[in-house]
Amino acid sequence: MTATSMAQALCAALGDAMRSDDRVLVFGEDVGRLGGVFRVTDGLTAQFGDQRCFDTPLAEAGIVGYAVGLAMGGFLPVVEMQFDAFAYPAFEQITSHVAKIRNRTRGRLSAPMVIRVPYGGGIGGVEHHCDSSEAYYTHTPGLKVVTPATAGDAYCLLRAAVADPDPVVFLEPKKLYWSKEDIDLAWDGEPLGRAMVRRTGKDATLIGYGPSVPVALDAAELAAADGIDLEVVDLRSLVPFDDETVTASVRKTGRCVVVQEAAGFSGFGAEVAARVQERCFHSLAAPVIRVAGFDIPFPPPMLEHSHLPGVDRILDAVDRLQFADEPDLRYLSGVRP
Amino acid sequence: MPDSAVQDLLPSPIPVRLLAEDGTVVDCPAGYGRPSTEQLRAAYRRMVVGRRFDTQATALTKQGRLAVYPSSRGQEACQIAAALALRADDWLFPTYRDCMALVARGVDPVETLTLLRGDWHNGYDPAAVKVAPLCTPLATHALHATGLASAMRRKGADTVVLALVGDGATSEGDFHEALNFAAVFSAPVVFLVQNNGYAISVPLSRQSAAPSLAYKGIGYGVHSEQVDGNDPAAMLAVLGDAVERARGGGGPFLVEAHTYRIEAHTNADDASRYRDEAEVERWLAADPLSRLEKHLRDTGGLTDSDIEAAQAEAEGLAADLRARMSSEPRLDPLALFDHVYATPTPQLAEQQDLLAGELKAQEGS
Repeated sequence: MTATSMAQALCAALGDAMRSDDRVLVFGEDVGRLGGVFRVTDGLTAQFGDQRCFDTPLAEAGIVGYAVGLAMGGFLPVVEMQFDAFAYPAFEQITSHVAKIRNRTRGRLSAPMVIRVPYGGGIGGVEHHCDSSEAYYTHTPGLKVVTPATAGDAYCLLRAAVADPDPVVFLEPKKLYWSKEDIDLAWDGEPLGRAMVRRTGKDATLIGYGPSVPVALDAAELAAADGIDLEVVDLRSLVPFDDETVTASVRKTGRCVVVQEAAGFSGFGAEVAARVQERCFHSLAAPVIRVAGFDIPFPPPMLEHSHLPGVDRILDAVDRLQFADEPDLRYLSGVRP
Repeated sequence: MPDSAVQDLLPSPIPVRLLAEDGTVVDCPAGYGRPSTEQLRAAYRRMVVGRRFDTQATALTKQGRLAVYPSSRGQEACQIAAALALRADDWLFPTYRDCMALVARGVDPVETLTLLRGDWHNGYDPAAVKVAPLCTPLATHALHATGLASAMRRKGADTVVLALVGDGATSEGDFHEALNFAAVFSAPVVFLVQNNGYAISVPLSRQSAAPSLAYKGIGYGVHSEQVDGNDPAAMLAVLGDAVERARGGGGPFLVEAHTYRIEAHTNADDASRYRDEAEVERWLAADPLSRLEKHLRDTGGLTDSDIEAAQAEAEGLAADLRARMSSEPRLDPLALFDHVYATPTPQLAEQQDLLAGELKAQEGS
């Protein structure tokens, strides 16, 4: 086993996917000779040639629209959007075409592709480089939406995404690109769609995905020192959603905190909280609490730490899970949280 | 780039025309040859049928058989040339106003109208007829056409893709990105802009200040041409040349056809709010169908019985369309869940069960 970063694991997944299937094409901005601004496509052009991994004009709608046509023609595009907010020009192509072509044509055409989007904050990026854009995609039927939290998962989920018959928005947590894991990269063919319990516990469940998973695990370690035993669920696949794993965990612990980096209002965590309450109401001893970024544009780099949910915000939420069987005072007498 | 190469990219300074409005042959400084009589006769027959189809579809909206219909009356020369320029294995990427081109290409008229009837988003099998679904968003499909053209070239095929857009769509970013991608990747794709003067109500002067929309080609290194879009002979010649040039490895091509939408934007639109009757009358005088009919008659390429045969074919198609559209389409609400993903997610399976329960309860009540 070797220490592998998430960026290296993703690069290895792309290379292995290209080796195992000639139809796989990797393209986008700076992905060729440079190897991508995060080096996720490092060396692919040298290995596979510039017909398989190539730079395109700087136009995101163009990249995704061109990929739709290539997919219609039998190729398997893996495109890179350089940063989360830079993907917005491609929004119409993604939501109106990539997501719908199978349904519009009753399955006669489809556009299987992977749209890789580096997302989230925590790297000191200036504006337009740090958005958590997952809810835009999860709210669009026809797309699958996936985000890894570890290097090993990055490899497996990306291989599964390329093999998937449906289009996948693959969200890569930028702040974890350089996080390392001692692991042999291997994918056993498991399809997308399963969450994973990263830490077992009995007192409450923390549900996170992508960049919030390591933060939730850190919080669980600190809570353990105070005698609170937290379970941590890593969603991995936002669409399809693994109700089974989530429900089983919350029914066991009876308490739940959902953690996301994105602004909380109307975010993906709200969907998770709603699903938990619909399915686990009689097992819950306290309301499901969301821990999220604030409802503000992503802050400038020197202030991002005040915005991003850290262990303190998570542990504060855990404290509000009414272990002493008292109501949450924040929600009495009209006091806003 | 040498000056000759730049000149080669530029369109003719005036729209290419081979037939005057009265059907007489005119000189073509751009050097395009007149299509054969057989080609013109084939185009004539399809134009007659196409116009009848269009009239019938508009009538069907009044009978409530179509949710909406965007007529392409007046654009028959563009529509039929688009169909005739392509081989069976080439691909056509149409918009919602291009039903006539689909019918001319041989797509079943009822399946052509599925989107506008409203029983599904698309009726025909795109892969079987090599026609992409009618595209409602503007110019987004120009990129798909470009990508598919590149895909075919990668596979070693010599097929060409033709994308149809309107004048309004040339203002959309995707149109420009498509021209740029097509040129950079030398994709065998032809873009036909049917400039019919209006994007719903907005006149061309609010879309572009360019001397011609064809000049949008040179900025991307794309060959371009402008043509009298109501001259069937010129449309066949220019579009045929563009398609064969792309097929031969010459890269993408942009054609602007100057034409006119005789009807309103759709049956739901009131064109009198933004254009006057005199303008419509002027364009009716430039009608592409009577121009070709006159030309073929004058040159002995069309007899009364030919005309009668074309009209009989058109009436047959209209009668068949009326008959098949008079029955209620078969709807299956549970099929709504079938093609969202290759395999329904567990959540969609649950929702399908929910709807099945609702339908059952409605049956019982």
